[in-house]
Amino acid sequence: MSDDIYREIILDHYRNPRNKGKLENADVTVHDSNPLCGDEIDIHLKVNDGVISDVKFEGKGCAISQASASMLTELVMGKDLNVVKDLKKEDILENIGLTNLGPARIKCALLSLKVLKVGMIKYYSDNDPNSAEQIKNESSLY
Amino acid sequence: MQRSIVNSYELRNDFPIFKKKINGKDLVYLDNASTTQKPYSVINSITDFYSNYNSNIHRAVYQLAEEATELYEQSRKKIANFINVRPEEIIFTRNTTESINLIAHSWARSNLKKDDVITITEIEHHSNIVPWQILCQEIGTRLEYVGIDESGFLDVEYLIELISSRKVKLVSISHMSNVLGTIVPIERIIKTAHQYDIPVIVDGAQSVPHMPVDAKNLDCDFLVFSAHKMLGPTGVGVLYAKKELLEKMKPFMGGGDMIKEVFKFHTNYNEVPYKFEAGTPNIADVVGFGAAIEYLEKIGMENIRKHEISLTEYALESMQSLKYITIYGPTDSNFRGGVISFNIADIHPHDLATIMNDHGIAIRSGHHCAQVLMQRLDVPATSRASFYIYNTKEEIDKFVNAIKEAGRIFKI
Repeated sequence: MSDDIYREIILDHYRNPRNKGKLENADVTVHDSNPLCGDEIDIHLKVNDGVISDVKFEGKGCAISQASASMLTELVMGKDLNVVKDLKKEDILENIGLTNLGPARIKCALLSLKVLKVGMIKYYSDNDPNSAEQIKNESSLY
Repeated sequence: MQRSIVNSYELRNDFPIFKKKINGKDLVYLDNASTTQKPYSVINSITDFYSNYNSNIHRAVYQLAEEATELYEQSRKKIANFINVRPEEIIFTRNTTESINLIAHSWARSNLKKDDVITITEIEHHSNIVPWQILCQEIGTRLEYVGIDESGFLDVEYLIELISSRKVKLVSISHMSNVLGTIVPIERIIKTAHQYDIPVIVDGAQSVPHMPVDAKNLDCDFLVFSAHKMLGPTGVGVLYAKKELLEKMKPFMGGGDMIKEVFKFHTNYNEVPYKFEAGTPNIADVVGFGAAIEYLEKIGMENIRKHEISLTEYALESMQSLKYITIYGPTDSNFRGGVISFNIADIHPHDLATIMNDHGIAIRSGHHCAQVLMQRLDVPATSRASFYIYNTKEEIDKFVNAIKEAGRIFKI
């Protein structure tokens, strides 16, 4: 029920999002939206030596989509791309502590991961087409 | 004899869906602007059709086919009578969207030319925006919008000014906003447009189900609406058009039933309305729609309107006392239908709808297929509650309490 969804930590990330804003000189910027809800997320990535050295997001939408994006930036900050590449939707739902969402709301929770994966495909397509292909094939989110 | 008031508590027994529990609670269905629930009489008429009359119409000469044709055509008569026009002026489509696309394709494409202006408004549903954008891209017509003021009222003076500029060749306008509930003074708009020989399309998707609409008296050139928003089945829409317009219009789709004679390289088309109903139509659901019309007429459209005014007033009064609420649209229920859009503090409508669902309450959240209006209101989304004959004041109390509950969960 809703009390289990809108816990303190979700409301905190919704109202005080981490790593929110634009990133100057980003290596990759990706935008996507959820046409059902109108949730929108932009993710900016900076990559150095195969590591996400900086990440920021912009967006508007429901508490679940925005908190999930905020928590995702914390999760991937400073991480090796090879690790981020393998993130699964279950990892995200666990990360935000929402494993019981219905089919309509799960899309809100996973929008930021979708955007991040598209960003990585974009990044790899210039440097490493094999990895780009691998993420495309494994990203059966939608 | 019409009942003088709508007894929602009694009516609810006619709707099987209200036996269903959501999260252990009674279903409080407040998404009627989107679609409405169906009474037994509608559901049974569809079952009855398939059980006792199923056959194709307008073709075979055996008894079953004659009976099926008769039922289908009876529905057309009921609907024509409901909006006070002639049966041959009623075309069955899939929905309001298809009806508008039919007009764009069969009337506008051959009657408008480059630089002609099509006037619509900021309150339109996507179904009354996108078909015109497509047409403009194809034949070079231009789209102009009439705006709304802070209370959600249409700038009718500007519309009149536009009409008299003589560039405008078509006005297509919603009778009632599906977001704000605003009722548009279409009588005046139609009168003025006709002084300049401009045809008017009235999108009645939100008005025809909720108030008396007399198309003949309004003198609109086209009126479009959907069965499923007025107790009928999904998959049936209506296009009313004046017969003289229909007779001059080109067919929408080609195929069976819309023809008189087919030769190798040309075809003589059937008479109206059949010219616009190509292929086997949605026979059973059209029959079901006839049952819905009968149900509504038994209650009386005046009574339905009164009932909704009373519910809307009650809801607006209860909601206005809530902290941090923004209600969009007119506050006087005489100028609005039973559709209330709102936002609460920084709670996103989708989060509010999730919390409402805990209480068995179904409300809509999002842009309501009216993104142009959302841009005008400068909000990404709103929550929306919309009422119909089976809703009660007790349900509105539950709805208002659930808003308070959302406030508690979100700590506002």
